Amino acid sequence: MRYNINKKGYYGEFGGAYIPEMLYPNVEDLRQKYLKVMAEPEFQKEFKALLKDYVGRPSPLYFAKRLSEKYQTKIYLKREDLNHTGAHKINNTIGQILMAQRLGKKRIIAETGAGQHGVATATVCALMGLECIVYMGEIDMARQAPNVARMKMLGATVIPAVSGSKTLKDATNEAIRDWINNPVDTHYIIGSVVGPHPYPDMVARFQSIVSEEIKWQLHEQEGRENPDYVIACVGGGSNAAGAYYHFLEDTKVKLIAVEAAGKGVNSGESAATSALGKIGIIHGSKTLLMQTTDGQITEPYSISAGLDYPGVGPMHAHLFKSGRAEFIAITDDDAMEAGLELSQLEGIIPAIETAHALAIFKEKTFKPDDIVVVSLSGRGDKDLSTYSDYFNL
Amino acid sequence: MNRINKKLQADKKLLSIYFTAGFPSLNDTASIIQDLEKNGVDMIEIGLPFSDPLADGPTIQASSTQALKNGMTTDILFKQLKDIRQTVSIPLIIMGYFNPILQFGVEAFCEKCQEIGMDGLIIPDLPVDVYNEKYKAIFENYGLINVFLITPQTSEKRIQFIDSISSGFIYMVSSASVTGGQSGFGDEQMAYFKRIEAMNLKNPQIIGFGISSSETFKQATKHAKGAIIGSAFITHIKKEGIQGIPNFVNHILS
Repeated sequence: MRYNINKKGYYGEFGGAYIPEMLYPNVEDLRQKYLKVMAEPEFQKEFKALLKDYVGRPSPLYFAKRLSEKYQTKIYLKREDLNHTGAHKINNTIGQILMAQRLGKKRIIAETGAGQHGVATATVCALMGLECIVYMGEIDMARQAPNVARMKMLGATVIPAVSGSKTLKDATNEAIRDWINNPVDTHYIIGSVVGPHPYPDMVARFQSIVSEEIKWQLHEQEGRENPDYVIACVGGGSNAAGAYYHFLEDTKVKLIAVEAAGKGVNSGESAATSALGKIGIIHGSKTLLMQTTDGQITEPYSISAGLDYPGVGPMHAHLFKSGRAEFIAITDDDAMEAGLELSQLEGIIPAIETAHALAIFKEKTFKPDDIVVVSLSGRGDKDLSTYSDYFNL
Repeated sequence: MNRINKKLQADKKLLSIYFTAGFPSLNDTASIIQDLEKNGVDMIEIGLPFSDPLADGPTIQASSTQALKNGMTTDILFKQLKDIRQTVSIPLIIMGYFNPILQFGVEAFCEKCQEIGMDGLIIPDLPVDVYNEKYKAIFENYGLINVFLITPQTSEKRIQFIDSISSGFIYMVSSASVTGGQSGFGDEQMAYFKRIEAMNLKNPQIIGFGISSSETFKQATKHAKGAIIGSAFITHIKKEGIQGIPNFVNHILS
């Protein structure tokens, strides 16, 4: 079985480009050019240089000694939280802004949930001097006010999405509508491995730097390239896609995807798409999504604004369906405890999204000589008020 | 012969109206269709509401949200349309996004459409190539015409391809926009209308998006077989209620 994308833009039965005709010219243009552009030596040179000097890569692969002792296994943390802007999101926005320049685009649009992708997009737009418009659900704007302020300070225009449920999925709808209305000069920087082909593949390739580094860093420290496990949280799935990418076809490396169970998978307030979703179409992609029997997309819930997306990228839908990755759902409470634990054992405050991945160690036992790499996708600064309210700090 | 094809042969410019089923009230569907026909509308697009209508502007989005709140479902819509052919004879087309149809089952959906006398479907997010490879045979088997969209950005080659697999009309999106985006057509749009007219396609074209008045209807139909009005109609019945239908249609056709 093949786990990466095929020539037609599908991962198994998932993927494709289910888009209105109005989007076809833009998406088709991108599809025809993205691989060629990414293969250009000049593009690679510029991309790598920015990742090194601007983002601060390589991000460390850190052996978490006290956490490892506690759970009696060898835990490495891939420190994406140390990137500029505080999460893995910037790997993708750097790549896409360079892509947009080569496609001759002058105006950038993006959607954002928690605001991390919005900030990462506003950052690269400032860097390149391009106009930036970020759509954000009205409810999320209130929940993540510091990130709204950061985007504004970086010169972006933040437009509240007031349709539907006023969260990430509606912000994505609004960004897509903007692209329909501005088909010539605009590039849409999607923040995750979602949307119509070629977005899931393009974003996964930009994020694949994460697993590329894990391989040589692990080799330096352990004398072997492949860990036994790679663990990442999954909302849309971009940090997981990056952490899995170079291990996808090597089934000796076990992949674990951690979704947000919210208040419990069957509580009616959850974002565990693999458990609750059915195959369908969301934002131009055939994938698993949470929906009513009638095919209306439902609103997910998680304490973390970055995981409450009602779908999952088509790569992850395929990894789930094929059994290549194990999917585990972690509740709000367990994630918050894991976030506190990492803070106090290792001195690292993780994003609440990331804390879901760390909660795996209470769910699952690993062998003492297992090498377990956890994608530490983001830092917790943006979540301090949520942590503080939760723990009465 | 399919009612759409028959209507397209009529020696007149066609007025087609889109409305969202379940709006303003859940059970308005049949009366809206009957009133539209009575007042001289030539064809109707019945909107199956969707939670995330990507190609629609605020007016149709809001009507879809309201329709879903009112309790509209695919099953209920089919029940409401069960006897529609006893009173209505103009072409009826269901317009909806692909996911609800996929969940109902594409073949089951088509079968149901044929059973209640629908003539065609418009599914904006079902791509031409996927339709052609996977679903064309099913649609044809149930006598349904699938209508494709083209836009000012659609290449000539792709328009030729769309024309070759179409068997009714081509839905010509007037400009790069979501529905309800603008008022009045400029030189650029008129040039686009003329350009497509000059292609002499096998399928007639009906223009939609941005038509809201008798003037824009006349402008659009100067170079096309007909025009579709959606958002302006929804705005009107939102304000006037469905008793405002005769007024609206008379105004457009005046």
